[in-house]
Amino acid sequence: MRRLLRFLKPYAAQSILAMLLMVGLTLADLAVPRLVQRIIDQGIAPTDMELIRSTTMLMLAASAASALFAIGNNLLSIRVANCFSADLRSALFRKLQTLSFGNLDRLQTGQLIVRLTSDVTQMEHIVLISLRMLARAPLLLLGSSVLLVLTGRELVLIMLVLAPAVALVVWPIIRVGRRMFLQVQRSLDRLNNVLQENLAGVRVVKAFLRGDYENSRFDQANRVLTSQVIKVSQVMAFVIPTLFLLANAATLAIVWFGGRQVTTGMLTVGQVVAFMNYLSSTLWPLLMLGMVVGTVSAAQVSAQRINEVLDSAADISDQPDARALDEVKGRIEFENVSFSYNSDCSEPVLNGINLIAEPGERVAILGATGAGKSSLVHLIARFYDVTAGRVTVDGIDVREVTQESLRSHMGIALQETVLFSGTIRDNIRYGHTGATDEEVVAAAKAAQAHEFITEFPDGYDTLVGQRGVTLSGGQKQRIAIARALLTRPSILILDDSTSSVDVDTEAHIDLALLDWMEGRTSFIIAQRVSTVLNADKIVILDRGRIAAIGRHTDLMDSSPIYREIYESQLGDGGFDE
Amino acid sequence: MSSSTSRETTRPHAPFGPGRHRGLRATRIEKAKDVRGTSLRLFGYLRPHRAALVLMTLLVFTHSALSVAAPYLLGLAVDQFGSPVLLLRSSALLLATYAGTWLARLLEGYILATVTQKALYAMRRDLFEHLQTLSLRFFDRHPHGQLMSRLTNDIDAINRALSQSVVQLLTNMLNLVGMLLSMFTLNAWMALGSLTVLPLMLLVTGVIGVRTRQSYRELQAQLGEMNGLMEETITAQRVVKAFAKEAATLESFGRENLATRDVSIRANTLAFLVMPMMTVLSNASVAVVAGLGGWLAVQGRASVGTIVSFMSYSRRFADPLRQLANLYNSVQAALAGAERVFEIIDEQPDLTDAPDAVVADDIDGDVVFDHVDFGYVPGVPVLNDVGFHASPGEAIALVGPTGAGKTTTVNLLSRYYDTDSGCIRIDGRDIRDISVASLRQQLGTVLQDTFLFSDTVMQNIRYGRLDATDEECIEAAKLANADQFIQRLPQGYQTELSERGSNLSQGQRQLVALARAVLTDPAILILDEATSSVDTRTEVRIQEALLRLMEGRTSFVIAHRLSTVRNADKVLVIHDGRIIERGTHEELLAQRGFYHNLYMSQFKGTKT
Repeated sequence: MRRLLRFLKPYAAQSILAMLLMVGLTLADLAVPRLVQRIIDQGIAPTDMELIRSTTMLMLAASAASALFAIGNNLLSIRVANCFSADLRSALFRKLQTLSFGNLDRLQTGQLIVRLTSDVTQMEHIVLISLRMLARAPLLLLGSSVLLVLTGRELVLIMLVLAPAVALVVWPIIRVGRRMFLQVQRSLDRLNNVLQENLAGVRVVKAFLRGDYENSRFDQANRVLTSQVIKVSQVMAFVIPTLFLLANAATLAIVWFGGRQVTTGMLTVGQVVAFMNYLSSTLWPLLMLGMVVGTVSAAQVSAQRINEVLDSAADISDQPDARALDEVKGRIEFENVSFSYNSDCSEPVLNGINLIAEPGERVAILGATGAGKSSLVHLIARFYDVTAGRVTVDGIDVREVTQESLRSHMGIALQETVLFSGTIRDNIRYGHTGATDEEVVAAAKAAQAHEFITEFPDGYDTLVGQRGVTLSGGQKQRIAIARALLTRPSILILDDSTSSVDVDTEAHIDLALLDWMEGRTSFIIAQRVSTVLNADKIVILDRGRIAAIGRHTDLMDSSPIYREIYESQLGDGGFDE
Repeated sequence: MSSSTSRETTRPHAPFGPGRHRGLRATRIEKAKDVRGTSLRLFGYLRPHRAALVLMTLLVFTHSALSVAAPYLLGLAVDQFGSPVLLLRSSALLLATYAGTWLARLLEGYILATVTQKALYAMRRDLFEHLQTLSLRFFDRHPHGQLMSRLTNDIDAINRALSQSVVQLLTNMLNLVGMLLSMFTLNAWMALGSLTVLPLMLLVTGVIGVRTRQSYRELQAQLGEMNGLMEETITAQRVVKAFAKEAATLESFGRENLATRDVSIRANTLAFLVMPMMTVLSNASVAVVAGLGGWLAVQGRASVGTIVSFMSYSRRFADPLRQLANLYNSVQAALAGAERVFEIIDEQPDLTDAPDAVVADDIDGDVVFDHVDFGYVPGVPVLNDVGFHASPGEAIALVGPTGAGKTTTVNLLSRYYDTDSGCIRIDGRDIRDISVASLRQQLGTVLQDTFLFSDTVMQNIRYGRLDATDEECIEAAKLANADQFIQRLPQGYQTELSERGSNLSQGQRQLVALARAVLTDPAILILDEATSSVDTRTEVRIQEALLRLMEGRTSFVIAHRLSTVRNADKVLVIHDGRIIERGTHEELLAQRGFYHNLYMSQFKGTKT
């Protein structure tokens, strides 16, 4: 948690000022019992009306002063806490933008959202509490202790007995309590996880009739959580009254011992009353400590999670001397490229890949599940870095140019189609916000999306995403293709982007692409042989290695794997007209 | 100060959300439509603990009475400083009061924690179990986020109200009344004097309260915007990178972030003003009490002890007032949350077994669709007069463009939805007369969206049949050609899959899903696009396995690739919700119709 303090640095002055105001507030508060004592001892017994009046005025003045201090502290601490959290959120978000696909694979989406929302809020809360209590607690403790001694040495002994007693109660609570709160948090995560999976997998649950099983899974998590919450609540139910009891016991001791000393004339009534007041303000910070233990341990968990994100080093970053890639002809070369997702993985995903795509060529990639097709195209855009060898664009290693300039020449449709909430038009325009409506329509037409888009009542202004219409998988894919085409990329990458599109439509897209990508390089990952028939190069990947490269006709002769694929899909060719 | 902060943290974080989906401290301010009915039902969950609740209420009364009595006794003791005997007596009384308060609060806390958590346990259980009974129609209508929120935010709100607010509200009221009574009994003039600040206190809470509500509402809206943007960006992070839009994304986030900060500062500054203001006002009232008390004491109309009692009361008087508004809002939020929770619990499952539903076991697999019409939304037909017959053991291929109604057809067979008109019969029996559980037991399904749970690969396969042994699971995996890649995983079958199986490729996920279906050994097999992300070579192997599996079972296969349906006994070509062609692959080709076109376009690649 301490490490996140650096985010407070820009607000150091304001924070210190807030604490100073708190000091003022505390001093004003500390004056009150002294003034009451004065009224009792010097005003009532000797009957000094003037003193009573002036002291009352002083007390009111102290209240007014503390009002100003309190408001000032309030304004500042809220400002600081909110600026702190905004900066923290911004840092997290900024970090997120620098992370590579590899990082994103490891950090899970659901958790990231939690980190950016509630974890940051938790930290904001703790900053706010700190600014309002941090200065007050020690000062109250110190000030009241000093004033206690000044008020009446005779009763300090009570204080000396009591303070360790409170510490004895508070200390184990902080330790045990933290552990228990952490456990509760973990159980809560578990419960939410069961729930979220159940909702996301509702069709599977129904198909396999696993309602009862799910119920028992949930019930187990629910039971564990309930028993833990009950336990921790019961501990708190014991602690808080006990702390109050200790404070009250002290008051009682003062009444008893103090009262007897008043009888013997060692103390005045006013002193005893003041003593009672100071004692309760001495105990207050200690009580507080016992009470905020829950908040603090929650904040600790949050801080841990935030740091985890902030600490994750971006796998891929621009080299210090990286230059921008201006013009791209589109010659792509893989030189002896090997790649694996984890360095410790025994089997590399790609192994000794050598491949050249000349400008304007259409390269199709075929291969089994897990053969490394997606990995191969991801390397071109430098979503991951190669483990060995190099990937070049126009002869330049992709690691030597800035990622932004590299990707600005590419149009990419990823395997998993994600659209943003907004209109269809905005989605297509995502990569090139300055595009005209005509350009948008042209791209949509090429992606065979124009027809279904215009069938919507709102056409291109149809809202998609959470608040809009639900598109089918094939429709989403076509919009994603249009989005990639609109940038008029020098290099186009389609990662199995037509898997949900029917064959007929796919054939049309294919035809349009020939036109659109004239003179530009494209990489197309496909499952269907029909998609690759027109490719300049067909690359057959098998377990991370290139099994064959060539045109359709070449491969029919030379590659048994290709023939097998071809025949499994299109039969023995007996239907050729 | 900060004592309300302390109260909020005295109890553990609410189940289901340590601020998880709560956003900033903006408390939702909303109202239940039917306050009475919802409260009654909420208390229904507490009814099993009636005896404990009665006891707790008694304890609350006791503890309130005792804590009002304490300052009175304290004042009394101060006045008896002169006489040791009397002092002893009142000290003893005070001791008893303190001890009693301690015991009452302790027991109260124990009972409250146990009772509310048990009630919440039951409520979560009911909600979750009820969700399991609802049909897909319900889940289509309600986004997951919304349902998550029912089980997190709403239950959280109820928890806070039950475990803190309701009891505090009661305690505060009792304290207020008790203190007023005690003050006026002690000394009417001083009581009036110390109440002079009361109007100011009310004014502060009132004025700030109203303003706060408005700005909190604004904050809520702004938070919604920002969180929505974040959620979307994170989900689409890979697209952001692919288009190199990091800078633009940061910019739009920065805007929302700053806006949120400013709105939040405004709202919280106001809200958090209440606390210091009240502290200050109660300090002022201490001053008034001291001054007025002193003046009265000089005239012999009040004692020092009375002043001491009053100072104690003045300090504590602000507390309940300060919290009333918050507590009230918290209870309101809880009721609104409870109402939404009950709304779901009250949702009638629209797919229930007929009272005389029979259990279908050992079916042959004779399937008839008889003039079936269906639409997800009234007025938008998806299937139109669909009819066909599948004899036991036949393989039926469903073919057609995206959105034609293929998935819908098999969804109806699994009875995820009921037909609008017409009927579906299995072995001559309307499926609405068969218990849903026994019906689905006979169906093995591999769905378009392969969903895996975060558990081991083995457990994910076993999901198909919970009592299957490890050997049977592995056998199923072998049959689905999944064994090979599973063996290559770091921990083989014991590999833990992460969230939604994201550490497997899409094709691998489908293979595991296939193994899961194989394990159920169904009478009827449904493969919905099951192999769309598996490459053709793998699919060939799967098909070998499937051919073995389909032997003697009626099966329905949806695939966009015509090659996968060539071996089917019957091909149904669905277009715009109608069956437009039917027959074997060869017959359909010979017809030179829609199917022929589909086939040719694939075969010839780009030529249509």
